[in-house]
Amino acid sequence: MRAAERGPGTAAALPAAPTGGSARWLLTMGFAVLVVWSYEGTGVDPAQLFGRDGLSQIWAYVAKLFPPDLSRTALREAAVGAWVTFAISFVGSVLAVCIALPLALLTTRTLLYRGVLYEGRRLDPGARALHLGIYGAAKGLLNLLRTIPEILWALIFVFMVGLGPFPGVLALGFHTGGVLGKLFGEVLEDVDPRLLEALQSTGASRIRIFLYGVLPQAAPQCLSYALYRWEVNIRAAAILGFVGAGGLGQRIHVTISLFLDHQLLTLILAIYVMVTLVDFLSTYLRRRLV
Amino acid sequence: MAPEVRTGVPADRFPASASSTFPYVLTAAFLGVLAASLYTAQVNPRRLLEGDTLGNVLRFLRGGIPPNLSPTFLHQMLRPALETVQISVMGTLLAVLIGLPLGLLATSSLAWSGILHERRSRVGRWLLGFVPYAAARAVLSVFRSIPEYVWAFMFVRAVGLGAFPGVLAIGVAYGGILGKVYSEILEGVDPKPLETLHASGASRPGIVLYGLVPQALPSFVSYTLYRWECAIRASSILGLVGAGGLGQQIELSMRFFQFDEVFTLLGLLFCLVASVDFISGRLRARIAR
Repeated sequence: MRAAERGPGTAAALPAAPTGGSARWLLTMGFAVLVVWSYEGTGVDPAQLFGRDGLSQIWAYVAKLFPPDLSRTALREAAVGAWVTFAISFVGSVLAVCIALPLALLTTRTLLYRGVLYEGRRLDPGARALHLGIYGAAKGLLNLLRTIPEILWALIFVFMVGLGPFPGVLALGFHTGGVLGKLFGEVLEDVDPRLLEALQSTGASRIRIFLYGVLPQAAPQCLSYALYRWEVNIRAAAILGFVGAGGLGQRIHVTISLFLDHQLLTLILAIYVMVTLVDFLSTYLRRRLV
Repeated sequence: MAPEVRTGVPADRFPASASSTFPYVLTAAFLGVLAASLYTAQVNPRRLLEGDTLGNVLRFLRGGIPPNLSPTFLHQMLRPALETVQISVMGTLLAVLIGLPLGLLATSSLAWSGILHERRSRVGRWLLGFVPYAAARAVLSVFRSIPEYVWAFMFVRAVGLGAFPGVLAIGVAYGGILGKVYSEILEGVDPKPLETLHASGASRPGIVLYGLVPQALPSFVSYTLYRWECAIRASSILGLVGAGGLGQQIELSMRFFQFDEVFTLLGLLFCLVASVDFISGRLRARIAR
């Protein structure tokens, strides 16, 4: 069989594959089927794209965007939009941390019912069931927050509290809160247990062990994750305006709908500058703090 | 140990020499920016407790429970749900096709510096190495800085409605991200095997193929799978600008206040994302082993 012949060769290329050739072959087949099925379903047509029509269409569109509109009003619009977008991303990220921290604590198994904290002092069955229940509920809530993308949260919040940047802040806070809650929880579970054991052997209470053992170890990594999500959020905030949540997105929506192509390019440049600046700032802060 | 633990932040984290004021400056800046941003973003917690808002929340929940689970509706939504998966797969594939060559060019150790180029003249290195390197970096940076959503909007304008602009949008935006991450992975590989190959007289493609690729491949695959997880989320919202998938349906149902449909669609989305996360997680765990 050709597949069997090929099996060991590909397995050698990937040093971390302990399973035999048949699993690999099955995986490759599955992947091929998935690709073909997706190719059919999405109507991707390279001939259309790279044929004369497709490319010239895209080229014509790009050519129409140039030059960017650098008139004073356009620049002011872009600057104001960028500032609002920045504000949404910043407050949204802070809100996300406020949502994520308590939920992360409630989804850290080592704080709730197992591990060093509960070694000497076991929970009675009722309390243990209660803690397990809290863990499950918080985990479910985090999953819900995380699975709904920020723009759908924005759609929902625009319906609830009306148009403007505020629903955008709430949307970023909810979605990112779910993401950060999961990440924080993982960091809190992964702290070095030796330090906790040392504290426990001195007779420290659970709260003390958490405050002086868990928190100092987890804080830098959590901070780093929060900064990273801020970088993601600045991009997200730039599009929330599409559903009426303020900022650059709203202006982009208007310019695209009204065919104001030169202004669109100005706004896209504004996004580029802002995203690059925030990336730079966040990287700098991470290096400095973590 | 004890005083270090007690302060929460170890003292050596802020080297005392030049930057003892840094934490204070940072805190002040943080609070200042936060205050200004709260004002600009019109954050008003009281609005959450107003009668209108609470009424809308109730209306949303009451309309959404129970969700619409009628066979006709589910049958209608099957196609967009599958399309969301298809867009994510094709988009990620396109992203790899875009990200891989650009990522290779944007790797300094491949393009112009380090072991592979020791014997090249300085001018050759500059012209054939550094110029393409800088150009690839610039293209990648533009690709990834513009959100996929904006790309989708522009591609809908350029190639028309449907799943195709969604694929292009994810391909371009994630291509920019993958290219950058690929180049970071390549720059991080252990140079010792490369030096050994180089010393044994291997050609440049030989060094890349037998020294670099085997080291980088597991990380490549793993990160690409992670991006696929992100792509399924992205493809589910690109529909809001007319690029196919579930997003379009969710927006329509939201516009017509059909909250029972919205709940069903969000449930569908949850299942899709969870199953892709599961598959990708299993595959990544296998690679990491």
